[in-house]
Amino acid sequence: MAQLVCKALSLGYEGRCVVNGLNFQVNQGDYICIAGENGSGKTTLMKTLLHLTPPLGGEIITDESFSLEEIGYLPQQRQPQSDFVASVYEIVLSGTIARLKNRAFYGKAEKQTALNSMERFGILDLRKKSFRSLSGGQQQRVLLARAYCAAGKMLLLDEPVSGLDPKFAAEMYDIIEGLHEDGMTILMISHDRKALDYADHVLHIGDTLFFGTTEEYLKSPLGKTFYAYGGE
Amino acid sequence: MGEIITYFQYPFVRYALITGVLISLCTALLGVPLVLRRFSYIGDGLSHVAFGALAIASVLHLTNQMLLVLPVTILCAVLLLRTGQNTLIKGDAAIAMLSVSALALGYLLMHLFSVSSNISGDVCSTLFGSSSILTLDRTRVLLCTVLSLLVTIFFILYYNRIFTVTFDETFARATGVRAGLCNLLFAIVIAVVIVLAMNLVGSLLISALVIFPALSSMRLFHSFKSVTVSACLISVFCTVIGTLFSILCEAPVGASIVACDMIVFLICAGAAKAMRLGR
Repeated sequence: MAQLVCKALSLGYEGRCVVNGLNFQVNQGDYICIAGENGSGKTTLMKTLLHLTPPLGGEIITDESFSLEEIGYLPQQRQPQSDFVASVYEIVLSGTIARLKNRAFYGKAEKQTALNSMERFGILDLRKKSFRSLSGGQQQRVLLARAYCAAGKMLLLDEPVSGLDPKFAAEMYDIIEGLHEDGMTILMISHDRKALDYADHVLHIGDTLFFGTTEEYLKSPLGKTFYAYGGE
Repeated sequence: MGEIITYFQYPFVRYALITGVLISLCTALLGVPLVLRRFSYIGDGLSHVAFGALAIASVLHLTNQMLLVLPVTILCAVLLLRTGQNTLIKGDAAIAMLSVSALALGYLLMHLFSVSSNISGDVCSTLFGSSSILTLDRTRVLLCTVLSLLVTIFFILYYNRIFTVTFDETFARATGVRAGLCNLLFAIVIAVVIVLAMNLVGSLLISALVIFPALSSMRLFHSFKSVTVSACLISVFCTVIGTLFSILCEAPVGASIVACDMIVFLICAGAAKAMRLGR
């Protein structure tokens, strides 16, 4: 079942078009890897899907059974955020903020969601720790747990493993794979060749566009040249 | 001790303490998100804007100067805190530019169209807060109380949204928090607090009231909630001690409060270091 269909989508920001005529479809339970060179518009695509940036053309059709509020988002890690004064619990709990609607405070249901999420990502014992005292890998898990709180059916991950050492990166892929097995739809931006071992589809954006299964992609000239250097 | 009790019999001393405590509570509340968003210097910038607006208001002989000062300061706060959009000049540079130009303009206007014989005295008292807090009347204390209460209520009701937007604005927007509205309200509240605080410590020292309590408690605590609560306690404590000190020693109120904030910061920094070494 298609959750999201993008037709002839044009993307850009500040009036500058970066991608033209993008067509793809996201089905429930898909694991899609978004590849492309730096500056090709991968993050812009995510922001457009989240309605943070308006599309310059084309349309995004969402299924009736699926609403935007069911998307969890893991933004690209910015540096200043890493020294923020906040406990792990506070950050994960903030993932449920969309459910507050017009209420001012979190209720039992939101707190339970946050606790479940922390348990799932193995950070329950870190919940009182300060975010800035954590390692890069742990911080990334906290942010993923926050995204998971917001996600009902789909997760958008913007370079979830960049900057992590291979051990943490492998852990991260396992965690994401676990979510995928539970039926979560995953859209992930990654420069990492390893991501293709997990993804079932690839969306390549840049001068040439590609959308198809991972197998097709790896056989295509585009896939062969892009990963000729073994990825990052 | 007996001396202090005698002083408390004077209403102006009580008024000064009440106003001081309320204002320092507000600045501490807003200081935590401001410091975390790297807007530490906004207190300074906006208070200079307020100073400039005040100079214009007195040149124009306005009876109620707040009618000009408040809107101008609010406008600048909204412009400065507008993030993510294409601003001509970014963050720190914008604040610095606004701050010095407002200060210069204000001083220039006061000189060119002098309304009193003692300009440097007037300027000095606007900048350093003089002892005007000791000359507050009942209505201004009441106004100050109502506004501080509103600020506190705003902060409590918006606490979770302020936290989410401060920590990660992109994520907040993506999950459907109206970050723009949150920023706008926040900017308005900051402007109101800064105009209020000018009474207390003057425009030069407002920055201290905004950043010191937040920085002190960030040495000791590690969650947003505990930092916020302790910043309020530290700020109120310093204001009370500073005010009492200034009354007893006939020292300037604003400078005494800031000195007290500074000492507490040093103590907190030392304590944090000692705790780390002890572990």
